[in-house]
Parts: sequence; C-alpha cells; structure tokens
Amino acid sequence: MHSKLSKIYRNLNKVGLTAEQEEKILLELNDDRTHDTPIIDGRMAVVTTDEGRIRLLNLYDYHDLMTLQAMAQPRGSYVSHIRSIDELLEKDRQREKDGFPRKIRVGKMIKPGKAGKGKVVVVPTTVEEKFIHDPNFTAQEEGQGGSGDGEEGEVIGEQPVRDPDEAGAGGPGQGEGGQHEMESSAYDLGKILTEQFELPNLQDKGKKRSLTRYTYDMTDRNRGSGQVLDKKATLKEIVETNIHLGNIPDIDDIDPSRFIISPRDRIYRVLSKEKDFEAQAVVFFLRDYSGSMAGKATELVVTQHVLIYSWLLYQYANQVESRFILHDTEAKEVEDFYTYYNSRVAGGTQVFSAYEMVNHIVKEENLAADCNIYVFHGTDGDDWDTEGKKAVPALKEMLGYVSRVGVTIAEHAGSSQNDTEVERYLKKSGLLEKFPNLLRLDTINESTDEPRLIEGIKRLIS
Amino acid sequence: MKLIDQHTKTIMEGCKLRARDAGLRFEDESLEYIVTNRDLIELSPKVMIPTLYDYWVHDVEVLKERGKYELYPGNPYETVINTRPAISFYNDNNPDWLNVMIFYHVIGHIDFFQNNLYFRHTWDYDFNGEALSDKRAIAKLRSERGRWVDYVIEFARGIDNLVGYHGLLSKIFSAPDSGISEKVDYYFDIYLQDIAKANISKYIKELERYNTSVKEDPAMGEQSFFSQVDQGHPEFASLFKKHQEAKKQKPQDLLEFILEHSKMLGREENQWMLMVIQIIRKTGLFFQPQIRTKIMNEGWASYWHENLYMQDDRISGHEVDFARVNAGVTAMPRVGLNPYALGMRLFYFLEEIAEKGRISWEYQHLADAGRRKDYDAKTGKGRDFIFKARENFSDFTFIHSFVDQDFVTANKLFVADKRLNQQKMVWEYYVKSRSADDYREMLMASLYHPPCIEVDEEKTKQKGLYLIHRFEGKPLLAEYIPNTMLGIEYLWGGPVQLETMEVVATPQAPRMPAMPGIVASQTDAPKPRELKWQRVRYTMEDRKLSKKVL
Repeated sequence: MHSKLSKIYRNLNKVGLTAEQEEKILLELNDDRTHDTPIIDGRMAVVTTDEGRIRLLNLYDYHDLMTLQAMAQPRGSYVSHIRSIDELLEKDRQREKDGFPRKIRVGKMIKPGKAGKGKVVVVPTTVEEKFIHDPNFTAQEEGQGGSGDGEEGEVIGEQPVRDPDEAGAGGPGQGEGGQHEMESSAYDLGKILTEQFELPNLQDKGKKRSLTRYTYDMTDRNRGSGQVLDKKATLKEIVETNIHLGNIPDIDDIDPSRFIISPRDRIYRVLSKEKDFEAQAVVFFLRDYSGSMAGKATELVVTQHVLIYSWLLYQYANQVESRFILHDTEAKEVEDFYTYYNSRVAGGTQVFSAYEMVNHIVKEENLAADCNIYVFHGTDGDDWDTEGKKAVPALKEMLGYVSRVGVTIAEHAGSSQNDTEVERYLKKSGLLEKFPNLLRLDTINESTDEPRLIEGIKRLIS
Repeated sequence: MKLIDQHTKTIMEGCKLRARDAGLRFEDESLEYIVTNRDLIELSPKVMIPTLYDYWVHDVEVLKERGKYELYPGNPYETVINTRPAISFYNDNNPDWLNVMIFYHVIGHIDFFQNNLYFRHTWDYDFNGEALSDKRAIAKLRSERGRWVDYVIEFARGIDNLVGYHGLLSKIFSAPDSGISEKVDYYFDIYLQDIAKANISKYIKELERYNTSVKEDPAMGEQSFFSQVDQGHPEFASLFKKHQEAKKQKPQDLLEFILEHSKMLGREENQWMLMVIQIIRKTGLFFQPQIRTKIMNEGWASYWHENLYMQDDRISGHEVDFARVNAGVTAMPRVGLNPYALGMRLFYFLEEIAEKGRISWEYQHLADAGRRKDYDAKTGKGRDFIFKARENFSDFTFIHSFVDQDFVTANKLFVADKRLNQQKMVWEYYVKSRSADDYREMLMASLYHPPCIEVDEEKTKQKGLYLIHRFEGKPLLAEYIPNTMLGIEYLWGGPVQLETMEVVATPQAPRMPAMPGIVASQTDAPKPRELKWQRVRYTMEDRKLSKKVL
C-alpha cells in the first residue's frame, strides 16, 4: 500500500509541488491507519486485562442505583413522553420563526442497519450547549487509573481496535449509541426532511418514462374458471367442503372417491398484471476517506449523505438504486450504506479515481440510458492531483449524462476559506458556470451544524 | 412511586439506630420509595428530584456523549437525594440482607450531605419543596407566556454551569467578626498598602497610633484615630464609601450580573424572566457540591456500609452474599477509576495514619525508612480524624492533601495509559507510572471542572457585555460557543463579547517517511504536539457571531 503511494508521491514530486502541498501529502503518506469499519473510542470500551474483561469506566460513570442495586439503565421510548416526532419538529419550526436556530437534529444515525438497505435508525436528538472545556483536547494525555501488580511499562491489558461485538456504534467512529431508539426508515426521514425542513420536492420525477411496467404472470387465483387448475388449492377446498358436510367419517381412512365436489371448489390460476418496479434513479455517493478526513469532516459528509439518501428515497418512492464509492488514492465500491458510513479514514487522496469509477460503472452497466443519475461527492478538498488534471476531464465526461453532481467540501478549521485544491480547480475549469444545472458546489466548514447541512442539500439539489 | 413496606421501614430504622451509635449524625426523618423502570425514565432526566420543573429537553434523547459530566453535574441515577427529609430510591425485589447494606450506604450519604460544609447552602431548606413551588411557578408562567418561558430556561441553563458556587461558600464562611471594624480593615489592608503605598515604618507607626488611641479610649478611640486620618488623607472617606458599595453590589456570577444589569430584563414586561433565571441559578447551585464530592461521598458511604454491615447482628448467615456484592462495588478495577473503591480506601488509609499519629510534623520529617514503617504513636484519634475530613474537604482538597506515595504504594495504584500495537491491531494498556505525583495529577485531571468565565465590568461599559475566559490550558469547546452566546445575547439584550484562547491550526510536523520493510517502532510515545495559542474575541451581535484574533 505504502509503496504504491510513495510511487504516486515521487511522480508528483517530479512535476513539482509547493511546500504546503508537499506537507499535506506527506502527512497522509506517513499515516499508518487503515480503512476498516467501526473504531471504538477509548471511553466505555471493554478491555481484556490479565485479570479478566472489564468495562472501562470514568469516575462519574458510577451510580448508586446501578452499582449497588444492580438496576439496569432505564429503557424507554419517546412515546411515553412525546406524542410524536412531528410535534417536536413543529416546535422546532416555531423556534426558527422566532429567530433562533433549530435545536432538534435528525441526521444522527444511531444504528445503521446492516441488513435492510433502506433501514436507518434515527433518533431525534438535541444538545444543551454550554461553555465547557473541550473534552477532545489532548494536549496533556492524562491517562487512566489502575491498580494491582506490574512494573512500569508492563502491558496489563488490551482492547481490540476493531471489536466485532461492538459493531453498530453511534456514528462514524463514535462510542456506543444511546439506549433509546426510535426506528424510522430512511423513507420516513426523507418525508420529514421534505415536509418539516422544507427541502424542495423534485420537480422532474422522471415522468417521461412510465413509472411502472407490467408483466403478466400466473399468480392470481380464481374460483370456478380459469386457465390452469391449481391442484393443491383445489384439493384443500374439497376437503374443507366435505368436512362441513360431514362426509369424512374417519380421518384416518379417507376415501377420495366418495368426495362430493362443488363447482366452487375448483381453484384456477389466471393470468394477471404485475407491477414491475424499476429503479428510476441511480445515486452515487462518493466519499473521500483519506487520512486528512479524520474527525469532523467525515462526520459532516456522512451526515449529509444520510440526509440526501433519505430524501431521495422519499422523492423516488423507494425506487432509487444507490451505489456507494469510497476513495483515497484508489476508489472502491462498497455494497451497503453501513460500510460506507462506517469505514475509517486513512491513506492519500486522488479525487479522479472515484470520478473515473463512476464513469466506468455507468458505461459498463449502460445506466445512462434508463435512469436519472445523481452523484454526490463529499471531500475535505485536499487532492494530490492539485491541478485537477485528471479529475476535471473525468468530471466533464460525467456531466455528459448525469442529472446532478453535488460536491460538498468540508473545509478544515484553520485553513484559508474557499481555497481548497478541489474548489480551486473546479472554479478554474469553468464547469460551475457552464453547467449550473448539472454541477453544484457547497463549501462548509468544520463548525457546520445540521440546519446548515440541510441548507447545503437545498443548494446541491434545487 | 410507593413507599417501602412497614417491614422494610423497620429495618431502615434499625440501621439508623446503629449508625447513630457509631457516630454518624443526620436528621431523624427520611423517606424511602420503591422505583420501577418507568419511574426511573421520568426521574433520571430530572436528576432524581421528583418535583423538578418540566422542560422539553428532559423528554428528548440528549447527546450527552461529549463532555457529559461537564454539562450535567447532577448524578442522574443517585440512590438518595439531598432533601429534607432525605429521599432514597429502591428496587422492589431487594432481599432484606441487601437492603441492610444499601440502607447503611444511604445513611452514609445522608450523613455526608448534612455534615460536609460544601453542602452548607443546602441545609436550611428542603429542595424538594422549593422545587415544587418553582415547578408550579414555571407551569403558571408557561400558561401565560407560552414557549418564551422555555427559551428563557434554555438560555439560562446555557450558563448555569458558571454559577458562583465558591463565591457563595466564601460568603457563608466569611471570617467571624473579630471586633475590628470594616473601616479599620480597609485602612490597614487595602488603603495603606495598595493606594497610599505607605512604607513599612509608616505602616507600623499608624498601627501603633491606632493601638494607643484604642487603648486610651476604648469607646471613641477609633473615631479619634480616623479623624486624624481624614485630616491627612481627605480622600480616604470617599474611597472607603466606594469600596463598601462595590463590595456589597458585586454579583457572584454571570447569571447574577445579567439579572442586575441587563437592559432587556429591566423592562417592565420582562420582569417575569427574572424569576425563571433565579430558579435556574438556584437549581444549578444546588447540584454543585454533589459532583465536587463524588469520591468522598461514595467513599464515605462505602466505608460505613462495610463497617456497619459487619457489625449488624440481624444479618448473620448472609456474610458471603454481602462479600460478593460488596466486592463488586468496592474492588479497585485493574484499569479505570472507581470512586467507591478509591474514596473508601482513602478513608481507611486516613484512619490508620491518624491512629498512628502519622499526620504530624514529626513523622513527615522522618527520613529513616525503617522507622517510618514502624511509626505508631497510638493516638486513638483515627475515627475523629476521618469525621473531620468528611466535614471539611471536597474531592479536590481531599486528593490534594492525602494522596501521597504511602497511599499509592500501599494500594498498588498506578497511572495506566494506552498505546497502539499495530501488528495485533489492539490498544495496549500499560503501567505508565507508579509515582504519587503522577497519580494525583491524573486524578485531578479527571475531576469535574467547569471553565471560569468572568465579566469585565470596565469593558462592558463600552460595548455590550464583555466576558473573559480565564485560560487554564484547555480551550473551550468551539462547537458550543455560538448557541451559548446567542442565549446570553438574548438575556442581556445587546451585543456580547467573549475573550478566550484558541489553538492556532498547524498541521502536525511530518514524521520521517516510513521505510519499506522496516516496521515502525511501537514503543516510541508520540511526541506531544507543540501548540501555538492565540487570543481571540468572539462577538455576538444581532444573533450573528464573528471572531477576531487579538
């Protein structure tokens, strides 16, 4: 892996890099992380020590009711308190009218279902902001308490970086999710977004093509007449009739020849119209999971993609096919939202790899002919291909067939504004002006909150 | 919620008698309730206070993961609350022997609540009753003002962790009247030293003059002394008056400052907001001592449940059951911090060293290891000493004063840390240090500590409320700044500024490129990042936040 990256780096170096670019690239190059699904934060983790497994607890995680009386943390549903999420959101909308920012967040995915694709568990959450010290600030690593034997430096326990038991954690690289759950399919979330947050309805839902096709199949049943006799169903009916008539005196010794058969007992299969669902839209989600995306940038991008994904599912009445592509210097397609949502950041960045992959898939599967194609790309704007020499042509090709490309750039705090590599070459290419209906760019920074993300979606799709 | 049955109540009363005999002091009355899962769902967002005011956030899943304890200082699953009478909560199927243990633990907490001086401000009233009247007041306001009540609650709660708790304590415990007037104190402590900048000989001369004039005429001496001062320093009288006024008016914290000086709250139609803010402030102050005495409080309760249980004649036959449960509660974890275990061991340790007279100059200055080990003055004062400790210390002072190398060594404590093992892809926990200094520092760092944010009154006069964050090596959580300031702006009714420190964003220094074939060494601790700090000023005006580097 690293040698491949080094090769790209050497090639880039030959062309010439500025000091700043080189620094960024080296940072990612020398990163020793790997992509894998969820990471667990040190807190609340289970540690296997030489004295058995323990759950790592903080000083203030101990409570009398749990510790002394072994009571479980209460589990409840919202229904006991709040009549509905609609009521909560109505309240929140009123807030906005009163001139205060919204406080209810819906984009937090607590347990992304690995099974059903459309299943996203969403919990309305909120935060009470106060002035507090930044808990993630690790200028001084303070360490943990411990007790027992062991020399200084001796290893006393370990905790897997990737723990299969802990899968389904609270978000991209977060600890355990909350215990209360309110299930909502992505479809419902899309509805909420459309209605409560006033995301636009898609004007063109692709009505040019018929929404449903019909196929004919021998699936419906009809009594008395039809094309093909369903023998099993008919026999059942006959037996039932004869039981009612008292015509079966001994069930251990049935004589079929004595059956009385009513004309209504004959069940036939008939040819019938079947709706055949066809995906109307194909959505490609591209996510930069290079090393520089660590932390807030990833959280923002995936949150926004959860929202877009849900909104599109609603808009297309579940008839959306989604493809998930992750990229660092190379692009990779993953099969479900879960993997997409949870894969860890590492490696370098080459945006064009993902764009080329989309082009390749579209060409190979001939998607452009039948479907509306949407591409959403989330990145922090760093690209080793600083001029976009390969990304821009790939993007141009893409613009030839898509309905919309939405690029979200989550800028890092402290970097200069609106000046990331991706943004620069996109602007320079003139594509934004040339295809205002096809290509949209939304630049956010690390302090972006959920309302701003939803605002961003409007910008990307309207 | 229903009360425990008569049989169980009798057990509780028996526990109280035995606890009193052992020296614990607490009020006679207490209430014990059975709680179900359903009750807990309602109680825990209200910090176990059944009568706390209603607020919609209590009903929503709150993202508490980040800075959980800094945001919510109350204990959401406390067994006993600091009310009059004290109320405690129980599972409905505890066996009697277990209830005995829990009752002793609860009595330990009640004793702590009612004797530890950090709880002094909660002694003179029943919080439960007061909370009920507050709850009704808020409900009534809500019916009149609708959602605006919730906005005010929200914004006031945004700064309820900045309540001037220590200011309140120092007011309660200000030095007893020594018979010397405030004027004399001011003259000698502040005026002569800071304003007149008198040299030592002049100072002593004045002191002698004061002493003689008081000796000559005890009744009028002070007056004649000051009449002479007034002649020499005509400005003294007015300065003293100013000093008195300033001292009287000084608000304790940001909430109080806003209450007194906000233009918005001063308006006739907004008078109702004052009450809401006062309720929030009072509630905030009530919960402050709880989180600042977690280790002591749990340690004290564990110490007593262990001691009293073993002496209790009613539970014979359940020693093994008890031992199992007790070990689960008070065992020191291999990694992690257990306040029950740590606090209890500290009390045992203190009792022992006080018993042996080791809290003395003589012992502290003993260098000979052998003699230190055998040192025993047989003072018989061990119990007395821990009773005093439970009265006068908070977690911070307790740890600071008593966690020493003897304690750390005796209990085999160490600071643990983790590092990444890349080959196995695991976090390895290892023994980092067994030094008491490191251990104490680690403990201190894990204690609750809200930021200190003060009002700069001078700058406030120029352009809106001016707040200064007293920097202690940690930045504020930037994500929370905008909405918190928005709330303050609303309550203040004008622009708000906040001065704080931030890290200048610099990418980490690039490490040496990894050489293919050579595994990166794993024992190297990552070098601490060098941080550059810059002073910044946030301004919230017309609900828009801007930031300026100073």
